Amino acid sequence: MEFYKGDAEKYKRMVKNTEPKSPILFDCIKAFIVGGGICVVGQILTNNFIKTGYSSDDSALITNIIFILATAILTGLGLFSKIGRFSGAGTIVPITGFANSVVAPAIEFKKEGIVMGLGSKMFVVAGPVIVYGVLTSMAAGIIYYFWRFF
Amino acid sequence: MNKKIGNQTIKFASPPVIISAASIAGKKEGEGPLKKYFDVILSDNLKGEKSWEKAESKIVENTIKIAVYKAGLTIDDIDYIFGGDLLNQDTGSTFGVRNFRRPFFGLFGACSTMGEAMGLAAMAIDGGFAKNVIAGASSHFCASEKQFRFPLDMGNQRPQSSTWTITGDGTVVISNKGSGPRITHVTAGKIVDLGVKDANNMGAAMAPAACDTIVTHLKDTKRSPNYYDLIVTGDLGYVGHTLLKQLLAQEGIYINEEKITDCGIEIFNKTAQDTHSGGSGCACSAVTFCGYFYPKLKTGELKNILFIPTGALMSTTSSGQGESIPGIAHAIAIESRVK
Repeated sequence: MEFYKGDAEKYKRMVKNTEPKSPILFDCIKAFIVGGGICVVGQILTNNFIKTGYSSDDSALITNIIFILATAILTGLGLFSKIGRFSGAGTIVPITGFANSVVAPAIEFKKEGIVMGLGSKMFVVAGPVIVYGVLTSMAAGIIYYFWRFF
Repeated sequence: MNKKIGNQTIKFASPPVIISAASIAGKKEGEGPLKKYFDVILSDNLKGEKSWEKAESKIVENTIKIAVYKAGLTIDDIDYIFGGDLLNQDTGSTFGVRNFRRPFFGLFGACSTMGEAMGLAAMAIDGGFAKNVIAGASSHFCASEKQFRFPLDMGNQRPQSSTWTITGDGTVVISNKGSGPRITHVTAGKIVDLGVKDANNMGAAMAPAACDTIVTHLKDTKRSPNYYDLIVTGDLGYVGHTLLKQLLAQEGIYINEEKITDCGIEIFNKTAQDTHSGGSGCACSAVTFCGYFYPKLKTGELKNILFIPTGALMSTTSSGQGESIPGIAHAIAIESRVK
């Protein structure tokens, strides 16, 4: 049997028809409930910090720190990957996803040493987020600066 | 005497004997439908070692020891070791065999390595270059995830078409004499690439190679697919298995549902173990053959099988550069009793 040039296109269609579909609606509902739940807890925490006398900026900051710490601990205990498998974007989109993407490689690559392992690989997943996050905010800042003149 | 028949097939003059087989499987594999067939099931995937990679090498070392012991030999009776794995530069195998001080051929055929090793080992025997050789392959779920995908503790979801890398090692001892199933033919596979780029759908990338090897084998040996009690592919999983049957049908080859299977399908319970398309990795075909099919061939429960480990030959660099995934598949024809 020989495969010809046209076969690749034909095969692509075959593969597409065979690929099992992810249960998108079900996944979205799970992500909405978990992601929304995280946000609700965050809001409750922030409101309580404001009530105890912190400024709203400080309250938001403390809430973020709590979520980052909680994620780091759950990742270290090996529980976060199980939650993430269930909730998908529900835990990836909030700050929990970012914290997890730093802690997980740090744990994984610790075996190659504190400097060249943990140190250099810690941001292997989060690195691009930081790079393009900073670039995007720079671009937004420049647009905002010139916007004033109109 | 020329032992090559047809385009890609070798017919052995005195078919080498698989005198023993040993398998060590990981914890998850040990919870699956084949749990009672493995020699050893690990209680955890680190096996008392400091890293996944060290654990894999330890698994390789121990599986070889078991296989040699079962064969009634000592390691010094082994002329060559043929083996490979998925880790960069084959360290899983090389570090596993370094204490044995026996001649070693390190192989890379991705998940088709068991077929490559058994084929070359049988050629070494029938060629008269050796009396006893070892062929084996290993993989480790955690080490593979770390090398090819994401760190283990990342909280992300796996696509439905993805497969689960098997932790374990399967090793056989092949000899020029003794009792056991014999390797009668080897059809070395060629690389087939139909442009699949999705590293989360390796079954689709490998199915055309498996189809090509099966068609070539049947043509070279002038056999019908019904000749075999069972045609067993390596790690196509559910997606690749379905595609393979469609591709074979296009070639006019129809095989009864119960006469063609895949090690990646056999090894896990898809729904209970959340493994999506099935098992994969070098160890997938290796442990399933050594643990499950070898004893059936030995007792004669299976008269003969065509064993076809399949491999997806990509790297993280090639995928990053937008290359498609070349597939390969080697067919090993094994007979319970040679007439």
